[in-house]
Amino acid sequence: MKLRALIRTTWPLIPILMALLVTSFILILFGTSPKDALAAMVGGSFGDQSKVLQVLAFLVPLALSACGLLVTFTAGLWNIGVEGQIIIGAIMASWVALKIDLPTPLQITLEILAAMAGGAVWAGLVALLKTRGGVNEIFSGLALNNIAIILTNFLISGPWQPPEGGTFRGTQPFAENALLPLLGDSRFSPLSLVLAVIAFGVVVVALRGTFWGLKLKALGKNPKSAFLLGVSSEREVILALMFCGALAGLGGGIRVLSWFDSLRQSISGGIGFLALLVVMLSSNQVFLVPPIALFFSIVLMGSTTLHIRTGLHPSLGGILTGVMVLFVLLFGDYGKLFTRQKKISTPVIEDASHE
Amino acid sequence: MRIDLHDIRKYFGAVRANDGISIVFEGGKIYGLLGENGAGKSTLMKILSGFQPPDGGEIMLDGQPVKFKSPAHALAHKVGMLYQDPLDFPPMRILDNYLLGRDVRVILNHGKAMAELRALMERYGFSVDLQANIDSLSLGERQQLELVRLLAGGAQVLILDEPTTGISAEQKDILFESIRRLTHEEGKTLILVSHKLDEVQELCDYAFVLRRGKLVGESSLPCSNERLVEMMFGQVPHRSERPDHEPGNPIVELQNMTLVTYRLAVKNVNLIVRAGEIYGLAGLEGSGQRLMIQACAGLIHPVEGKYLLAGQDATRWTYHHMRAEGVAYMAAGRLEEGLVAGLSLAEHVVLSLPKHSFMVDWSGAKLETERRIERYQIMGTPELAVDSLSGGNQQRLLFGLLNSQLKLLLLEHPTRGLDVRSAEWIWELLYQRRNDGTAIIFMSVDLDEIIERSDRIVVFSGGVMSRVVDAKETSVDELGHLIGGQV
Repeated sequence: MKLRALIRTTWPLIPILMALLVTSFILILFGTSPKDALAAMVGGSFGDQSKVLQVLAFLVPLALSACGLLVTFTAGLWNIGVEGQIIIGAIMASWVALKIDLPTPLQITLEILAAMAGGAVWAGLVALLKTRGGVNEIFSGLALNNIAIILTNFLISGPWQPPEGGTFRGTQPFAENALLPLLGDSRFSPLSLVLAVIAFGVVVVALRGTFWGLKLKALGKNPKSAFLLGVSSEREVILALMFCGALAGLGGGIRVLSWFDSLRQSISGGIGFLALLVVMLSSNQVFLVPPIALFFSIVLMGSTTLHIRTGLHPSLGGILTGVMVLFVLLFGDYGKLFTRQKKISTPVIEDASHE
Repeated sequence: MRIDLHDIRKYFGAVRANDGISIVFEGGKIYGLLGENGAGKSTLMKILSGFQPPDGGEIMLDGQPVKFKSPAHALAHKVGMLYQDPLDFPPMRILDNYLLGRDVRVILNHGKAMAELRALMERYGFSVDLQANIDSLSLGERQQLELVRLLAGGAQVLILDEPTTGISAEQKDILFESIRRLTHEEGKTLILVSHKLDEVQELCDYAFVLRRGKLVGESSLPCSNERLVEMMFGQVPHRSERPDHEPGNPIVELQNMTLVTYRLAVKNVNLIVRAGEIYGLAGLEGSGQRLMIQACAGLIHPVEGKYLLAGQDATRWTYHHMRAEGVAYMAAGRLEEGLVAGLSLAEHVVLSLPKHSFMVDWSGAKLETERRIERYQIMGTPELAVDSLSGGNQQRLLFGLLNSQLKLLLLEHPTRGLDVRSAEWIWELLYQRRNDGTAIIFMSVDLDEIIERSDRIVVFSGGVMSRVVDAKETSVDELGHLIGGQV
């Protein structure tokens, strides 16, 4: 039985391995040796200190968004709007960075709070549209993602354009004291990693230890029964989405304050969608999220080097992660695949619910 | 066409939905298939229409044994079923919907189809604007359309599942008129699945009655309603003697309450239920009992009238407000409306506790769950997921989740699917609640249970509530009259 338990816990690795196989096959089709590609990729992520730091800098916003999504997924919500929440977080942090000048610790605290508030409010809109307007969170999320992108473009080409004239590329760089303290020459801020670790801890405690987490779990598994057991779905939906929005907003803030040094056109670059894939891949297992997010960061950062060394397009990393998610969706659920579910066939008694 | 159903069996786990049913339907006649909720009539008709295969037995059409693979396959053999909720595509045009089931060529011949459809519509006296979209039609019109589609598909045997639920009286007349023409003039066979006795009496030539998966009776029609009721419910034993409980103050006071849903309206209900009183709601499925219970739980709100709970105006209270005020509601579907599959027993206990701290005290919750497991004799452990409990144990758990002091307990089918001993044990629990001053209102498909357990009974028929009947003095005859809608 021990072996079986081992297989069960390591099962999420199987789709990853299969995706590696399929990607290798694609590489061979393109006449590249998978071995060289792998070496280039690993070299691109771990080759030297700066590359490792780059991976970490990419990881932090991704992990933060994924932590937030753990909460919404638990509540049975598809928070596609996480991308927009990251962008609004970035915009709010930029706003503080551009318009306010305080001593560094205060400045950074304010930027972080603004980013979290921005993301939370943006997610709150999704929640209100869902609970009050009956709009599915997927659709409102997509719409708000677009609005957030348009808002960014408006800001960098309009009110916040650099004094030398708008280039559509970004605002002027923030003042030195507005940026997160960076490690050496890298774009990695140790402070952001500390924040991400704290956020992860908070999510673990919230989901496993608090009554709120239990309510979300019930709501995600069966909203009707949860309601009858006394769970107010409206309140919990709003709270779960705003919680996720705050973490995603924080991720966006960290991205402009460390990865970039200004508000740019594609500030998120799909990190929100990537975070959705991370959480899907983890099948909502909290402790699988950090390693999977790290793995994604390694693959994506590594594929940039791959491009330089082998001439393969850097989107190979995207292909690899995409194929992986497909495999997870296909046969990632160990329970459904192997344990023959003893179907407790409830008697088919027609319900009188059509009164 | 003559249909022989021979020894049809269908089991769902331990439940024998169809337990060796043999029936013969002749051409040119209208048959009523009667039975209470869960009697097996829908299962049988789903088998006959190819929706699901039987576990055993044989279907013969004009002496030829057939095995249907799908509803389309059954329709190719001229057996068509009209479902209670029409299986059409609401956002489509009528004509497209019609073509979808008929035309398999790449290029659609709209003109020909339109002429065909119009001719059929006229023949059976239906009038529907054929250019309209399906979602602009009433339920009755959609049904007519669906019927026409089956007829155009060549159906000689038509199965109608509760066709009159939710359609207007006028549409009902048109439907019945067309049914008579189809059978008596054109020789088609028609099977009406229903539990509305009046309609079956009015329309059908012959009735088969199912109970608990078996054919328990048949009769040519019309016959007396009591006879049908007796076949449907079985012989109802007389109420055993038990001491009366002295009822206390009014808990539920309904004044001219009117409830409306798109299928049914329950009008002008006046009722007083006192503390320590047990009220049984009888009636055929879908007659308004469930609406009434849900209204008392605050799940639906009356459009007119007043609801006083222990003297306070509770007309607009939400379900959660009611809960906080000591009202509990137990729905019929345990894993659908009550328990959360995937959560453990302990997690359910934590959710149901009236007071919560921010952090869950899991060790305390485990102890409390163990206490309840023992008290309610549940076969399980605190860590076990509720969906791995058996049905009876799930029911016990639901009782174990009720808070200690209740003003009002609302129950849908409290003992459905339980064996006699478990049912008895659950009623012992309910009597204890009653002795503590809880008012209990329950509905059940078991007339025996209602007569045996209630203090007072009201009967619903087509949304109309009967007078209050004293359970000690009533008889099956009386209830049969009331269930059939005769006052």
